[in-house]
Amino acid sequence: MIKTDALIIGAGPTGLFTAHQLKLIGLDCEIVDNLDKIGGQCIELYPDKPIYDIPAIPECTGEELTNNLLDQLKPFNVKFHLGERVDELKKDNDKWKVKTNKGTEFETPNVIIAGGVGSFEPRKFPPKECEQFENKTILYSIKDKKIFDGKTVSIFGGGDSALDWALELSKKSKVYLIHRRDEFRAAQATVDKVKELSNAGKINLITNSQLKTVSGNGKLEEIEIENDNKETKKLKTDFALGFFGLIMQLGPIANWGLNLNKKTVEVDTEKFETNQRGIYAVGDICNYPGKLKLILSGFHEGALAARACFKLARPNEKYRFEFTTSSKTIKNRLGVKSD
Amino acid sequence: MAKITYIENNGKSHSVDVADGLTVMEGAVQNNIPGIDADCGGGMACATCHVYVKDEWFDKINKKSEGEDDMIDQAYEPKKNSRLSCQIQVSSEIDGLEVHLPVKQV
Repeated sequence: MIKTDALIIGAGPTGLFTAHQLKLIGLDCEIVDNLDKIGGQCIELYPDKPIYDIPAIPECTGEELTNNLLDQLKPFNVKFHLGERVDELKKDNDKWKVKTNKGTEFETPNVIIAGGVGSFEPRKFPPKECEQFENKTILYSIKDKKIFDGKTVSIFGGGDSALDWALELSKKSKVYLIHRRDEFRAAQATVDKVKELSNAGKINLITNSQLKTVSGNGKLEEIEIENDNKETKKLKTDFALGFFGLIMQLGPIANWGLNLNKKTVEVDTEKFETNQRGIYAVGDICNYPGKLKLILSGFHEGALAARACFKLARPNEKYRFEFTTSSKTIKNRLGVKSD
Repeated sequence: MAKITYIENNGKSHSVDVADGLTVMEGAVQNNIPGIDADCGGGMACATCHVYVKDEWFDKINKKSEGEDDMIDQAYEPKKNSRLSCQIQVSSEIDGLEVHLPVKQV
């Protein structure tokens, strides 16, 4: 059980700056994110796209913004729990007990949801009958490639993941690579290599086709695909792999008894607290009259939520407002020399 | 100004007037039409404003943006007439446009 003054859910820009604000006022915090990397939407959706509306930074990419925020956090020791999704949130007297899908447990008076548009999950095959094979013979990520040795594998998708795995698995498996159109969005060198292997008969490339249905007794045995002209084709296959990118889902947050408005959480604009005491929402995921989904709004919201956390984390102390330019205490925390 | 008709997957139809310069996605969001999520707010960074454009309209609306097909790959049940509604510009030229909404957006 990890005890902390505040737990932040989400390691996007808002979560990172909120951590900075908490540490600055002397609270400790830890951050959980479902992705295996820091940066949230900035890293997952637009690492290379320039952003033009961060105050005092005329232009930077999502990746640069993330790196700068991490640099700003350097004086502090903030623990990250990546690749973990917060599943459970339970009230225990005046504390919250939080549990992730990997079993990590936290006890904290403050939980700050900086979850953007929810957690990123793999996009799945549309046919319902796929669910019964999920995580066994229908997969959306690969942990151990040895299970495919000598088997027939049908890979769906047109991006780097689909093509990279098609190349890799074609060494020891019979591979079908199936894509809904005939253009690929993977790196050109990878696309060229796939076409080369396809011409050599080492990868069975099927374009303009999508999965229609699957069947099998206990494990996947056959898939049926359909092309643009509605012609269907059955393929014997042991595994089907889908690489359709990630989608954003509110996920378990929807079950925590918070007032929701579509995919956002309602908060007040003083503490950015939800209808549950000690649970705050900041950044894109929060909603209040006039809310702007801008990164700069997330920074403001995080700064105020951090001050609200102080009250619950240090009930016997009084929070004192200080500037980083003049406060000796803050300079000590930052590890910089005071004048 | 253009009249745009959004037809939900269950057949329910919504016709609204959308001002020039907006996108078909914005027309849906501003009029609270269910079935267009637009998670990324029009940044072409998700595929949750996915629509099917009626064949007779497909060639009349503006062409796909660069990278739009890459995102449509990730939509739920993409078809040949799939578009991201955030990339369809509204003008009087597309007055009467009909778009069908998919079963769901993810």
